[in-house]
Amino acid sequence: MLSTSPAFKENAHKAIADVGLQKALTRTKPHFQGRRAKAVEALPEFERLREIGRDIKNHTLANLDFYLETWAGNVERAGGQVHWCATADDARAAVLGICERVGAKTVTKGKSMISEELGINEHLEQHGITPVETDLGEYILQLRREPPSHIIAPAFHLNREDWEESFRRAHTDLPADRVFRERRDILTEARAKLRARFLAADVGITGANFLIAETGSSVIVTNEGNGDLTQTLPRVHIVLASIEKMVPTLEDATNMLRLLARSATGQDFSVYTTFSTGVRREGDLDGPEEYHVILLDNGRSAMLGTEFQDMLRCIRCAACMNHCPVYGVVGGHAYGWVYPGPMGAVLTPTLIGIDQAGNLPNASTFCGKCESVCPVKIPLPKMMRHWREREFERHLTPGAVRTNLALWGFVARRPGLYRLATRIGAGVLGWLGRRRGRLSRFPFAGGWTAGRDLPTPEGETFFARYASEQRGKRGRA
Amino acid sequence: MSAEASPPGRPPGRVAILGAIRRHLRRGALPEDQAAMLRARLAAHPRHLIPARSRLSRAGQVALFIANVEKEFGSVARLADARAVPGAIADYLAQQNLPSEIVMAPHPELREIPWAERPLLKLRAGRAEASDLVSLQQGFAAIAETGTLMLPAAPERPTTVNLLADTALVLLRASRIVGAYEEAWDLLRAERRDPLTGGFMPRNVMLVTGPSRSADIEQTLELGAHGPRRLHILLLDDDEAARATPESVPK
Ligand code: SF4
Repeated sequence: MLSTSPAFKENAHKAIADVGLQKALTRTKPHFQGRRAKAVEALPEFERLREIGRDIKNHTLANLDFYLETWAGNVERAGGQVHWCATADDARAAVLGICERVGAKTVTKGKSMISEELGINEHLEQHGITPVETDLGEYILQLRREPPSHIIAPAFHLNREDWEESFRRAHTDLPADRVFRERRDILTEARAKLRARFLAADVGITGANFLIAETGSSVIVTNEGNGDLTQTLPRVHIVLASIEKMVPTLEDATNMLRLLARSATGQDFSVYTTFSTGVRREGDLDGPEEYHVILLDNGRSAMLGTEFQDMLRCIRCAACMNHCPVYGVVGGHAYGWVYPGPMGAVLTPTLIGIDQAGNLPNASTFCGKCESVCPVKIPLPKMMRHWREREFERHLTPGAVRTNLALWGFVARRPGLYRLATRIGAGVLGWLGRRRGRLSRFPFAGGWTAGRDLPTPEGETFFARYASEQRGKRGRA
Repeated sequence: MSAEASPPGRPPGRVAILGAIRRHLRRGALPEDQAAMLRARLAAHPRHLIPARSRLSRAGQVALFIANVEKEFGSVARLADARAVPGAIADYLAQQNLPSEIVMAPHPELREIPWAERPLLKLRAGRAEASDLVSLQQGFAAIAETGTLMLPAAPERPTTVNLLADTALVLLRASRIVGAYEEAWDLLRAERRDPLTGGFMPRNVMLVTGPSRSADIEQTLELGAHGPRRLHILLLDDDEAARATPESVPK
């Protein structure tokens, strides 16, 4: 996928002015945050499970070569093939090679962020193979030729009108004057359209939430069942997985699964959690005859042994973006590449380069909310600071930012001073904006306040106010 | 057997990736004693913390399972024994206004049900096709913790039966309901041998919690996305202890 990350600032301006997007953001935020909070509250062991999840991932990363080799051996024992792909080019070539060898015309696809990272759809299309996204959100994005704006709710930015309009435009074989009375009618139409695609596909491509060394399995987690149809009906199943998806055993995977759905959608468990291990066995009446895993590195191994190693624990739950005040205002597209929000701000520069994505680590208020909800306790704000420091050292930052950042760094490294400074700042701002509760201008931040008013802090720091708002919300839920 | 993506002039992918990992971890391949420790961990596959919520009496676990299935929009009918199954299915289908044609997994437990007592039910044993409206699967085990069915693929338990019909019926014995996922994995480890690998893991294991759904349209939940819209579990009370009065179940 081509990146527009260097234009983060302009992207963000556009996003703030986008009425449809702002409507979607307002609708979505309470949904995700409220449900996660409820699910976590219902499981008293959650905090301890997070610590265990962090430790499992750390153990796996420290021994990643061993576990990858063990896993690959078990995949092969079950009749599968592992394609070790160091780069995105290698991975695209491997996928295309399999599709061409089996003479594939259409390929169905489950949701996969790695697929977005690799630009698989474009690559297949260029070679005359038709990819069909089957996750409902991905399907409409494919019709509209838009990238996802969220890693688990890829089309959250669309409103009902957008769905109806796209379906009318794409499904021209259906009566043009049909009425979509409810959301259910949209779903029913998509289900019927995609059923035919599932049955016709020659190859099914899915992602993987986890790889399990002990059994040589790949795991997908969905609510729709599209991933399962994608990997069950065609003759060939291709899994796209990056090296950090590894966990050692089923018990380790189970701990991660107790964290994943709760952090992502606030469900206790997703509807379908499916473990795939190799090819159709003798006597089986269904399932693929070929099972391939495209094992992708693409810059991840280079994060080991650096201050960004912890990022490889990420299980792509999206909790950090669902709770991020910046994401909550600009949405996902503004980040300009596959991975948005706090996890994207850390990951994108490592994958496509700091010169491309140097703006992203600045897209943070350093409120710390992302780290506090991350199921594997990734210190996201600290890593964003590392990027800022690196960028600073490389002198990529404009002069004014550099001075302010140095000052901010001086204060931030001294917690007492930082708290004092923010308290004074909050008090001053509260006073300035007292009359209407909003500041339309703020010294040194013209770019920010031109697009929106800065809400005044009403005499409290962010932390204090956030804590009291959260208490209020829980009371209402 | 392993396919290597190796453009000319660069080491094969496997060597490149493993080499890069070791270089960045600042070590070579693991020394034998450390590798042996990791192999021992894999062999022992230690359990981690298991949430206390499923630590209940047998009756409590069954009640928790049912409560969780219903919370996730599934339904459960408790039946005294297999003889009650045909009638329960006929009633359910009539209630939901559904046709009485069913594709059934070719599992011995399902074949042994006295179907002849309900001649109006039309059964076909085999894998499911896209045109099937109602399916009947055999449940290998179930997990009370979240109301989850464990459905491992086998010749007698095809995966398509879990997925293609609009209404999915599953026959489950109460004695096969366990508290936590870990206990269900142990059943699989103990009872299943894979013909291809000699291990226990079948080609596919589905953990199913409620009927298929999507919230992609305006974050509003709709049931029946690509998989079944209804999930109805026929629960056979074959477990004496599970018939006692359960302690109160946390919702
Ligand atoms: S960084 Fe943490 S919170 Fe964000 S997606 Fe990854 S695991 Fe989830």
